[in-house]
Amino acid sequence: MAESDLAQLTERFDFLTERASSDHLALNCPADKLIELCSALRDDFGYDMLIDVTAVDWDVQSPRFTGIYHFLSTTKHEYIRIAADCTDDINPALPSLTGLYPAANWHERETYDLMGITYEGHPDLRRILMWDSYPYHPLRKDFPLAGIETPLPADDVAEVTGASVLPAPMMGGPFTSSGDGPMSQTEPRAKDESWTEKKEKPVK
Amino acid sequence: MATTKEITIGDVNARASELETELQGETMALNVGPSHPTTHGVLRLMMELDGDVVKKCEPVLGYLHRGDEKIAENMTYNQFVPYTDRLDYLAPLANNVAYAMAVEKLAALEVPERCQSIRVLCCELARISSHLLGVGVYGMDAGAWTVFMFTFTEREKLYTLFEELTGARFTTSYTRIGGVARDIPEGWLGRVLEFCKGVLPVLDQVDKLLTRNRIFMDRTVGVGAISKEDAIAYGITGPNLRACGVDLDLRKDKPYLGYEKYDFDVPIGTNGDCYDRYLMRAEEIRQSVRIVRQCIDQFPEGAYYAEDAKKIFAPNKAKVLTSMEELIQNFMIVTEGPQVPAGEVYFEAENPKGALGFFVVSKGGGVPYRLKIRGPSFCNLSILDKLIPGHYLTDITVILGSLDFVMGECDR
Repeated sequence: MAESDLAQLTERFDFLTERASSDHLALNCPADKLIELCSALRDDFGYDMLIDVTAVDWDVQSPRFTGIYHFLSTTKHEYIRIAADCTDDINPALPSLTGLYPAANWHERETYDLMGITYEGHPDLRRILMWDSYPYHPLRKDFPLAGIETPLPADDVAEVTGASVLPAPMMGGPFTSSGDGPMSQTEPRAKDESWTEKKEKPVK
Repeated sequence: MATTKEITIGDVNARASELETELQGETMALNVGPSHPTTHGVLRLMMELDGDVVKKCEPVLGYLHRGDEKIAENMTYNQFVPYTDRLDYLAPLANNVAYAMAVEKLAALEVPERCQSIRVLCCELARISSHLLGVGVYGMDAGAWTVFMFTFTEREKLYTLFEELTGARFTTSYTRIGGVARDIPEGWLGRVLEFCKGVLPVLDQVDKLLTRNRIFMDRTVGVGAISKEDAIAYGITGPNLRACGVDLDLRKDKPYLGYEKYDFDVPIGTNGDCYDRYLMRAEEIRQSVRIVRQCIDQFPEGAYYAEDAKKIFAPNKAKVLTSMEELIQNFMIVTEGPQVPAGEVYFEAENPKGALGFFVVSKGGGVPYRLKIRGPSFCNLSILDKLIPGHYLTDITVILGSLDFVMGECDR
């Protein structure tokens, strides 16, 4: 089933290229053709359920952000993965699928919140998991695991207590180890070693 | 002496329409949650009420956001297993299995039959425990306390079984990539069968208490109905989807763990209302008992982990302490994590709450480059702002109870 879909899709849309995948049918699609492709997927190919919307940050690579969509056909019981690279690395943007699939609404808000991708045409693009005034996009690779100090979302509390949202203490964990080098360097060690049980937390 | 007094009431209709606009202008903002018994966790609803009718409902999420996906990128595959317990914390075993299956799919690793059977048992017992709580709490939401007492007693028995199997009642962390943490204890299967024997009469009792209960039916039939089309468009999965009449169960339609070997039925609803969602869960418990019995009937012998996966599953402890090769193997797996090839994989399992999906991007090695968790409760709740308006305030309790969501996997 998936093979015939692949043949039909690549024949009808010449901008599609096959994407390396370990499981389901996967296709690369340019960001500006996404709406056209997805409406065909929904109406003509039976992929009627948008299962998941997410994005991957490739860090130093360009294009840096890739939007990933998973669709499921409730009749054929097949999955398809569509990947769309964001052309702009600084202000990544993709067209919103909310008009085609209402399910995209919250998924896109989440991806915007955590990865910082703007979904053009989204009716209500606000943060969903972090609070509205939060300044960062935590799932980006350049965001530290411990977090960054930010003002407390409750202004009145912050005014009285002077409290702010602090980075998490990373004493001891999580452990990572590099794959190569001498034994002394490949031993697992804490990722953030700016402070430990023995070394005081640096004062800014 | 009788007196008569003349009064004029003017134009009644004009007065009424005058009042109408006056009343309509008066809506009330009502905030429910994030800490409120109705919301089963930390969901917050910001509602606009016109009298008793909800005009607008805006769910606010994120109160339980822990950044699981970020954490996953910074640790080895096995280290993340305990974090999956905290997704749907009412069925941690099912989450453990779904996560291990996703990573194994990326490693193209097939676990032995015994391991598959153990995992099927885990999934189905987790489903029974989750649905027992789901039905019980739902009954409580609708005012039927007794049901909750019955089902909670049964769930307690299950947790004793989980404790025996995994060492923990709640946070089981039972699977490892390539197998499970330990084999089943002696005589455990017999005790599971005994539990199955005990749970069915309790279900009959619940049936008698709820299914034709006038009060329960009045509160649930026709309330919170979701159409088939809406359910698909909003990406609703699990019993909530099947209650709307969509025949989609990944255990049947995309079989994994050898589910095709078992004979079971998938209940399908007709109206998609709160009542149907209750019926789905009650019936799924019975079907899970059927699967558990068949699974134990033909329980295979053999290894409980993939023995040939030397770079993925840590060897037996006794061997680690006596043999050099196993010691090195153990050290490598513990420090660097199970070695998984580069690639992208998406795997979804039919969990009690719906389809729990893991999208894993690997660049090779023992740490995922990106791990996206698709929590079924997140998608199931996304329909709330469309579903709730037009209902009475008292219906909110029933609708939320019937959707049976868990904020742990919604906020991640």
